[in-house]
Amino acid sequence: MSNIAKAFKNGKAFIPFITCGDPDLATTAAAVREAVKNGADLIELGIPFSDPTAEGPVIQGANLRALSGGVNTDMIFSFVRGLRTDVTVPMVFMTYANVVFSYGSEKFISTCAEIGIDGLILPDIPYEEKEEFLPLCHRYGVDLISLIAPTSENRVGMIAKDAEGFIYLVSSLGVTGERSKINTDLTAIVKTIRENTSVPCAIGFGISTPEQAKQMASLSDGAIVGSAIVRLLEKHGKDAPKYIGEYVKSMKDAIRDL
Amino acid sequence: MTNPHGRFGIHGGQYIPETLMNAVIELEEAYNHYKNDPEFNRELTGLLNDYAGRPSRLYYAEKMTKDLGGAKIYLKREDLNHTGAHKINNVLGQALLAKKMGKTRLIAETGAGQHGVATATAAALMGMECVVFMGEEDTIRQALNVYRMRLLGAEVVAVKTGTRTLKDAVSEAMREWTTRISDTHYCLGSVMGPHPFPTIVRDFQAVISKEIKEQMLEKEGRLPDAVLACVGGGSNAIGSFYNFIDDKDVRLIGCEAAGRGIDTFETAATISTGRLGIFHGMKSYFCQDSDGQIAPVYSISAGLDYPGVGPEHAYLYDIGRAEYVAITDDEAVNAFEYLSRTEGIIPAIESSHALAHAMKLAPTLSSDKIIVVTVSGRGDKDCAAIARYRGEDIYE
Repeated sequence: MSNIAKAFKNGKAFIPFITCGDPDLATTAAAVREAVKNGADLIELGIPFSDPTAEGPVIQGANLRALSGGVNTDMIFSFVRGLRTDVTVPMVFMTYANVVFSYGSEKFISTCAEIGIDGLILPDIPYEEKEEFLPLCHRYGVDLISLIAPTSENRVGMIAKDAEGFIYLVSSLGVTGERSKINTDLTAIVKTIRENTSVPCAIGFGISTPEQAKQMASLSDGAIVGSAIVRLLEKHGKDAPKYIGEYVKSMKDAIRDL
Repeated sequence: MTNPHGRFGIHGGQYIPETLMNAVIELEEAYNHYKNDPEFNRELTGLLNDYAGRPSRLYYAEKMTKDLGGAKIYLKREDLNHTGAHKINNVLGQALLAKKMGKTRLIAETGAGQHGVATATAAALMGMECVVFMGEEDTIRQALNVYRMRLLGAEVVAVKTGTRTLKDAVSEAMREWTTRISDTHYCLGSVMGPHPFPTIVRDFQAVISKEIKEQMLEKEGRLPDAVLACVGGGSNAIGSFYNFIDDKDVRLIGCEAAGRGIDTFETAATISTGRLGIFHGMKSYFCQDSDGQIAPVYSISAGLDYPGVGPEHAYLYDIGRAEYVAITDDEAVNAFEYLSRTEGIIPAIESSHALAHAMKLAPTLSSDKIIVVTVSGRGDKDCAAIARYRGEDIYE
């Protein structure tokens, strides 16, 4: 049983995304701890990449701030080791294939397992290319998270059948970022997912308000929020963790008892 | 050369967001259908011949040959195509394919602006909407081409992220494609990106080597000893090489942009300085740092200022079938001026990289050898920038 399953045991899951090192790792650590204290069920930690092609302007900005602050992959591994002395909720990395590949895929994935990273989200690894990392993920016990998009259509069942950890259901076309409205018919996609797997499914992209989180979590097993949290970091910098704590509480309260 | 999963050896693949997967699958299916469709091929050949002006000339550069004193030099004149570069070969093919697929809108990235101009041209011709993404830095370096695209009815978006050059224009075009797929075709300009683009673009550019072969047999009764072309993503080079790959006696030489030198950080010579990675939908060689962050590359040539290289080039390099050399800004500018004075042909600064290598290579070969250099585009667009490089303060 994947450790990630724990995240879905406390009602609907709330999953915040934070870019490591934006603006520095001490702030990221404080933000993660505030999020956990206020009800986050799973933490998605971004390893910054120079050219994040699946991100909208807000998360692109976080990647740039983190890289200009000087973080690198080794520093992020040590940082996670530190977090794991007291943070017990499941944690996954979100980054791009080249960050893993360039580090040495085996060295990267075995280190993930060793420091307590439970899964990997790689938006530029679709189903057809998962063999690049999947055998190593299986060897070391790290879940390779599958993404399903509104355009997946005939692919939903195939992807869901092989999914592990949780399924990241992308709510809308386009890149990451807050949206005033989510128009995709997600009910039908979730139904197909349920018919093919018992792995939980959380929805992300475009969610920023408690009402949206409630709407998305009622269709699925949880809500993922990135840009709205990154915006707090952009606005408050090192003072952001307490605002992130308050925000996470408002979001988790909105979906806890659905 | 392509296996069923879009691989060239270990290179290539489809490293893209799930959102785009059905779009590239749809494109591959449509391409596999139309590439053998007589009606499609008749229409495309008609456009290439009557609209773009093919076949392009294979010109014996006699003065250059005599001046350099060695191998006989032929120039494949892609600069004489409509819109002034080889880019139109690929664009007419993709635009026609997109139209057959029912798409009404073309998006494209551009570096020097030649691919953007070609896409805007095809969109105007076929009555399609067109949006071109161009790094802000390049909109300044190639201001004339920005005007040409707007004149042709395209919207030009100046990309302000990253290094504000070709790499960022590709990223932004990919992001745009994920927001709007149903009516939009991403008209990728080089032999790069996810499968099937490297194969589609190669096939549409392979007309260059098909013609070189026919023209060379007609003029000389034999194949050339070497074919030279500049390489950024590598579309004119693969087009120039493709029909010679099985002719093992023909040397294939790709000329990358060394910028200020391959021992500096201000270079875009991917095969000389890069290493294996995964970016922009493909596995190939990329200029990157030890953490896999893509390097901010540099070249005087906006069209070669890209941190990666097409997967088929990476493969041809791996198996030793093609050679890749690095040419500095200075060498390219010298060749730009040299060809202008010697033959009365102003080449694009991109093509000048291949000409610069020809200037080094020809004198080392005997006079019974023949080399072909692809002049991928014309250099009018570069005149102001080269003048500034030489210290003359002129603007278009």
